[in-house]
Amino acid sequence: MAEAKFDEMDHYKQAELMKFDFRPPPTGWMDTPTDFRPGSWIYPGKAKHLEYLDLPNPREWAVTDEDWQLPKNWKEIVLEGMRERLSRYRTFKIFMDICVRCGACADKCHFFIGGGDPKNMPVMRAELLRSIYRKDFTALGKVFGKLAGGRELTVDVIKEWFYYFFQCTECRRCSVFCPYGIDTAEITIIGRELLGLLGLYVNWVIEPVANCFRTGNHLGIQPHGLKDTLEFFAEDIEDSTGIKVDIPLNKKGAEVLFVTPSGDFLADPGTYTCMGYMALFHEIGLDYTWSTYASEGGNFGLFTSHETIKRLNAKIYAEAKRLGVKWILGGECGHMWRVLNQYMDTMNGPPDFLEVPKSPLTGTVFDNARSTKMVHIMEFTADLIRHGKLKLDPSRNDHIKVTFHDSCNPARAMGILEEPRYVLKNVCNNFYEMPPNTIREQTFCCGGGAGLGTDENMEMRLRGGLPRGNAVRYVQDKFGVNELACMCAIDRATLTTVCDYWAPPVRVTGIHELVSNALQMKGAKDREVNFRLEEIEHWKQKAAPAGRKEGSSDV
Amino acid sequence: MTLKDLLHSSRAAILKRWFEKTLETYAPDASAFFDGQKDRFANPVGKALRTGTRVMLDCLLGEMDAEKICAGLEEIVKIRSIQDFTPAQAVSFIFSLRQIIREELGQELDSSRLTELAEFETRIDQLALFAFDIYVKCRERLYEIRVDEVKRSVSGLMRRLNREEEKAQS
Repeated sequence: MAEAKFDEMDHYKQAELMKFDFRPPPTGWMDTPTDFRPGSWIYPGKAKHLEYLDLPNPREWAVTDEDWQLPKNWKEIVLEGMRERLSRYRTFKIFMDICVRCGACADKCHFFIGGGDPKNMPVMRAELLRSIYRKDFTALGKVFGKLAGGRELTVDVIKEWFYYFFQCTECRRCSVFCPYGIDTAEITIIGRELLGLLGLYVNWVIEPVANCFRTGNHLGIQPHGLKDTLEFFAEDIEDSTGIKVDIPLNKKGAEVLFVTPSGDFLADPGTYTCMGYMALFHEIGLDYTWSTYASEGGNFGLFTSHETIKRLNAKIYAEAKRLGVKWILGGECGHMWRVLNQYMDTMNGPPDFLEVPKSPLTGTVFDNARSTKMVHIMEFTADLIRHGKLKLDPSRNDHIKVTFHDSCNPARAMGILEEPRYVLKNVCNNFYEMPPNTIREQTFCCGGGAGLGTDENMEMRLRGGLPRGNAVRYVQDKFGVNELACMCAIDRATLTTVCDYWAPPVRVTGIHELVSNALQMKGAKDREVNFRLEEIEHWKQKAAPAGRKEGSSDV
Repeated sequence: MTLKDLLHSSRAAILKRWFEKTLETYAPDASAFFDGQKDRFANPVGKALRTGTRVMLDCLLGEMDAEKICAGLEEIVKIRSIQDFTPAQAVSFIFSLRQIIREELGQELDSSRLTELAEFETRIDQLALFAFDIYVKCRERLYEIRVDEVKRSVSGLMRRLNREEEKAQS
């Protein structure tokens, strides 16, 4: 009998039909090829940005290309780069050697928790690099190769590095749990540096870096553009409060230089936070200045290489010196503070020409910033409130039920845990914490830090944002939370998206936007709209003449 | 005893196998974690798979309440639609329930029950149809929020330009 064709019933054998298997192929990690699925990787850096920064191997290429146009001696470059870094960074050498694969970090990464890709377990992500280290830099690995956990460096390994080192947000949650204190963020930083030696960058990082090097900020806003932007904010503040705030720009001899991430200049809702700073400084009469040169607090150099961190950061002290300020105040930003707190002083300091920061309003000396001379605005504002220097009416935020997301860098790298909560509790009546294992030192990343906050890798970001979004949804269901406050410019952009998917319609706000709602400014009119120019029903009722009927207090 | 009674008596076993079978669509390291970690905030995927499969099975065995079924389905599909799966893989866990039920019933499943089985499997088909809807809804949402984010990244600039234009016109 002739074999049945595929469109005849006899072609299908019942026993065979039942044998289906949805399981992934059971290969070892070294033999599992990287699947470059669209939505999980980032577009490569454009040649013109690499050229601008004098970075190696500028060319136009695509992740989907078979040939990534690496230099002919790429292998030698990478191994030499590793050798150099192993001798220069003691931490890197130690982190390559001491991991005992205890697994404490394995289930702590938000990308693994949300996506389930084993190579997103921090131990495995480090192993991508460590396996090459073993093979080429340890006696055991040189002799026993794979048996000793070593593997050959191939082009596929480089591609795998590119895929996974740009799936780490350098949030350091895993490091909190590592008994040896291995900082996986530093391994990612080195991994990206090695990729950089071959000209493998992502555009979402390297374009801002080039912009920042050229114009002073990631967005490439030129001095007149920044002036226009701040004037525009001042108009909105005037529409909302009736008060015209000053915009001190490049003011020589000001007491304080104020530096904030440039995301606050263009992207909502960061813009409203920026207006919050301006209103606050006006109200307390702070002698401060913006700078059109040091117009970026953020530092995408942190996502590129140690050298680039230094190049971009140098402008802050240089500008402080040129303007002759006494100390520096920084806005609500995340990774900016890892750089300022942990690298700036060593890389570009010591800034002996500055004074130890002292609040002109309260006399508080910020001893914690004795060396860097730079204070986080959350410390500054908390101190103002503590000394009763601000007239606040927290009921102005009664239409908001707010929770707080600890941004990875201020929380884990700096320990700024209490100040934002103190400020929030003083400007809002309805503040609710998310579950303990999702906040403070254990906070979950937004999924878009360290240069991942672009849109082409949205699937990956939503996987990484799931643990945070899940905790937001919990307080939304339990307490009716409708706003998520954070003090990081990347968070303000990326968490808006995370909430839109995992916990709609919770919206995101900076803390100084909430401060500005509660702030009773001298000479202000009866406010009916916030800085978003939204009418707030209970503000309108208070502002309305007596006799007007009471109504809902919702927005 | 009707087929539904039989299934009710095996509910716990079916649910366990369905959960395990769904876990098997992930790599072994991931499925061990999704299964083992019981804290809902440390392991939102495991929590969603457990809750979602339970809600759906209860609906299949009881009232086919579309709202409840879709809520259970959405718990899972919302996650799987942005994980490393093709569309077919993302909703494959629904079809595995057919096999599990047939295997679980074993000898009890004689020819006299085929009509009842066909009826029950129609319910699973219904579930699959809902899953397609939810999968597409989630993917559409993914692209919407992607566009929204790009718009937001220049929204401050656009407001400013619009105002300048208004000023110029007035």
